[in-house]
Amino acid sequence: MANSHQLKRVDFIFRNENDWEKVLSNTIKKTPQDLINELISSELKGRGGAGFPTGLKWKLTAEAESDEKYVICNADEGEPGTFKDREILSRVPYKVFTAMAICGYITGAREGYIYLRGEYKFLKEELEKVLDEFDYYCNEIKLDFKIRVFMGSGAYICGEETALMESMEGKRGEPRNKPPFPTQSGYRGKPTVINNVETLVHTFTIFKYGAKKFYDLGVQYSRGTKLFSVSGDTPKPGIYELELGMSLQDFVYEFGDGDTKAVQVGGASGFLVPRKKFKDAAIGFKGKLTGISLPTGGSMMLFNSSRSMFNVLDNYLEFFREESCGQCTPCRVGCQQLLLGIKAVKRGDKPAAYLDKLLRLTETMQYTAKCGLGQSVANSFSSIVENFREEMIY
Amino acid sequence: MSKKVNITINGYPVEIFAGKTILEAAESQGIKVPTLCYHKDLCVAGNCRVCVVEVVGQKRLSAACATPCEEGMEILTNSLKVRNSRKQIIELLLAEHNADCTKCYRNGNCELQTLASEYKIMTQEFIELVPLKKFSIDMYSPSIIKDDSKCIRCQRCVRTCAELQGVNALTVAHKGDQMKITTFFEKAMRDVVCTNCGQCVNHCPTGALVEKNYIEEVWEAIANPNLHVIVQTAPAVRVGLGEELGMPPGESVTGKMVAALKRLGFDSVLDTDFTADLTIMEEGTELLTRLKKALVDKDETVKLPMATSCSPGWIKYIEHMYPDHLKHLSTCKSPQQMFGALAKTYYAKARNLEPDKIVSVSIMPCTAKKYEAFRPEMHDSGYRDVDYVLTTRELAILIKQAGLDFKKLEPAKYDRLMGESSGAAVIFGATGGVMEAALRTAYEIVTGREVPFENLNIIPVRGMDGVREASVKIEKPLEDWAFLDGVELKCAVAHGLINAKSVMDSVKNGSADYHFIEFMACPGGCLGGGGQPIPTNAEIRQKRAEAIYAEDSGLPIRKSHENPEVHKLYKDFLKEPLGEVSHHLLHTKYTKRERY
Repeated sequence: MANSHQLKRVDFIFRNENDWEKVLSNTIKKTPQDLINELISSELKGRGGAGFPTGLKWKLTAEAESDEKYVICNADEGEPGTFKDREILSRVPYKVFTAMAICGYITGAREGYIYLRGEYKFLKEELEKVLDEFDYYCNEIKLDFKIRVFMGSGAYICGEETALMESMEGKRGEPRNKPPFPTQSGYRGKPTVINNVETLVHTFTIFKYGAKKFYDLGVQYSRGTKLFSVSGDTPKPGIYELELGMSLQDFVYEFGDGDTKAVQVGGASGFLVPRKKFKDAAIGFKGKLTGISLPTGGSMMLFNSSRSMFNVLDNYLEFFREESCGQCTPCRVGCQQLLLGIKAVKRGDKPAAYLDKLLRLTETMQYTAKCGLGQSVANSFSSIVENFREEMIY
Repeated sequence: MSKKVNITINGYPVEIFAGKTILEAAESQGIKVPTLCYHKDLCVAGNCRVCVVEVVGQKRLSAACATPCEEGMEILTNSLKVRNSRKQIIELLLAEHNADCTKCYRNGNCELQTLASEYKIMTQEFIELVPLKKFSIDMYSPSIIKDDSKCIRCQRCVRTCAELQGVNALTVAHKGDQMKITTFFEKAMRDVVCTNCGQCVNHCPTGALVEKNYIEEVWEAIANPNLHVIVQTAPAVRVGLGEELGMPPGESVTGKMVAALKRLGFDSVLDTDFTADLTIMEEGTELLTRLKKALVDKDETVKLPMATSCSPGWIKYIEHMYPDHLKHLSTCKSPQQMFGALAKTYYAKARNLEPDKIVSVSIMPCTAKKYEAFRPEMHDSGYRDVDYVLTTRELAILIKQAGLDFKKLEPAKYDRLMGESSGAAVIFGATGGVMEAALRTAYEIVTGREVPFENLNIIPVRGMDGVREASVKIEKPLEDWAFLDGVELKCAVAHGLINAKSVMDSVKNGSADYHFIEFMACPGGCLGGGGQPIPTNAEIRQKRAEAIYAEDSGLPIRKSHENPEVHKLYKDFLKEPLGEVSHHLLHTKYTKRERY
């Protein structure tokens, strides 16, 4: 499959047709069952990075028995290199609210929360203004659904869904044991749908245009479009809505500066792809596309030949060392060891073979850490160390 | 009813109730999965990750303590992947831990050390983190030493302080590499709401939280020929000590303990049980007096319900948490402090000793007693009433250091004057015991008859439920107590401060209609005290309780007011309960404290 997927730019998310009222009122004329089926047939997967099927999540929550349920919009956008959710919330917030209300209608939840990243406090006032308008309309069409904004306090770990809920409950933001999953026992121990901001906006698209239109975009296992936050050594940093399934080669052709050495896909917890593998890498969730496939929350950082990969990794590890919640051993101690370890190798205090010990450590972290944070440190570490080993040593 | 699921563990089929964890399933098959953050007393945290196991078909490993069994699971507890991961996690913990084991108080009884030994971690390839950070040791508390360099962040202490005790003195602060267990504003333990109960010490897997020990001080006192060193032993020590010395839980070792203490060189081996009986005389009389003042004289300054005051952890708790309700507390000192005050007065006089030549040592199942002995008001004898408090664990250390073969010791008897006790005093060591002892005496004072329970066993106040209620109807009282005729005496028992909180909240909002409440800071009462052998859990507490009640049943005297030495004490020294001497030596005041 030498021929790569065409890089197609799409414009669904930010297209502003000011028709959310119509979309909302039309959608809730259908039965929850029909809407769930529609969502499932779209094959939409979570856009926060983990890629859980959205339709299934809503279905499980709808089926859970409880008088009290919640819909949470995860706007704790903390992954280094992503800034798409901020744009969505500033430009098309009512799409997010509409999607949450529809989710409430489907699942039986009457309350929704936007968990807003601490650093996005400047958005709060504007969001609440739009919410007033939104509430007014919900009242008018007698839809019993109330959305509130909850401010986060700046911890990266609170983007992890269960840590986020702990934080909302007034506790220390630490991930919970799973199972139970939020669909059974989430916020305040009640069935909860928690979705990334972008995921919710995609459901808006699906309910507005139908699942087929969404499904027809992208490739097998990776349907629809995705927002990419492009940064680093690129002449055109910014946010772009692209079809899933594109090859990294095409992406770099479009966004690179001609000297791209590597791309970090998915932020600090994602993978680094070196130039020689651009052709084989496709951006999507899974399946045999063209070699490796890379699920992503949409952060694309480009590095040119002036960048030291040691410094890049050092920077990521410092981030993880600080942002680990600290509760589980593999993540708390592992992150410190990785950071100190690469520095020791660089200084010559530890032999180059120590890198292999650290690679085994990331494997253990991947197998045993309590949540996605500790599990995914291995991604950037192993992809950088394996592809740029010399830069780690010399 | 929960349904059963079929799983396999290491290839062998297991049928188990759905919802049970993999750890429980493995345990039911006699397979040990190592744990650190897991403790049977506490909620599941799943944060140390040493209990990870492989569920066939899943890439990631699962924490056995936190993962419920599901139909068809194939579990491997010792696959290569599990072993390698687990071993690396232990290595990581050791890299972060001040593993100077030979200088550690918990050397030989440390869960991390055991695990390191089992997995034969012979080298430290990871970079040691302890030298890179600054650690200070909090030694300001008279009860507890907190050394963060030995902390493995399992949060057992945090969960203990929150779930069992509702105190929340210990909590988690910061994140990532800075994450640590600390107190409000990182103050010293002595400056926060800590009740010194020592449950955190008892639940700590390593040496991060230990009691402040006074072993050397006691040895020095014993060795000093100019000093007369006496020792008192609390009721619960006799049913716990054996565990530290190679015996199974639930064996009462009273006689051997006394023999050991004599061989250690104490000049006189006496019993806190004696002052437990005395407490009943004072506290029982105080209760009846309060009832009279409240019911007959309508004296509104007298507060009911009256709360017991023998547990120093509970006392510090109420001083911090309910400072406006201190009037509910009995003014009686705890048996330890009554003993201390009498030792340097009554005992000194009777034995013709200079009180300043007496060193008063107590052996307690408790770390809060160390703090209690330090209280400034506990100097009513004119000297510090109790000089050194040792826990059950420290006593075991003394015995081991002296080279005594504990199991082979011939049982001995307590010395006279303050060594006699009743069964009622022995059960002070179990939750509900003070209540039962008080009822046995008070009912008889009021009616002239024994409590209407078979063999004096007041079963409703026994057991391990967090809060228990009982009532005794008073019929045909003696003339002096005619006002109590037909009164239903309502009592409650609470153990573990989280349960004390629920009862105190009902006292605070006026919904509690009890006359008398027994509060014990520790789960199970003193037998589950913070100074008892490690480990302590529900099963072990139950066994210790059985041993205590068996000891009570086997004693010739079962009621405090029948203790002949107590009679002699009143006749020769105190004259009468709540009398002037008693008031001076045996009663105390409480201090309002703030939470922050």
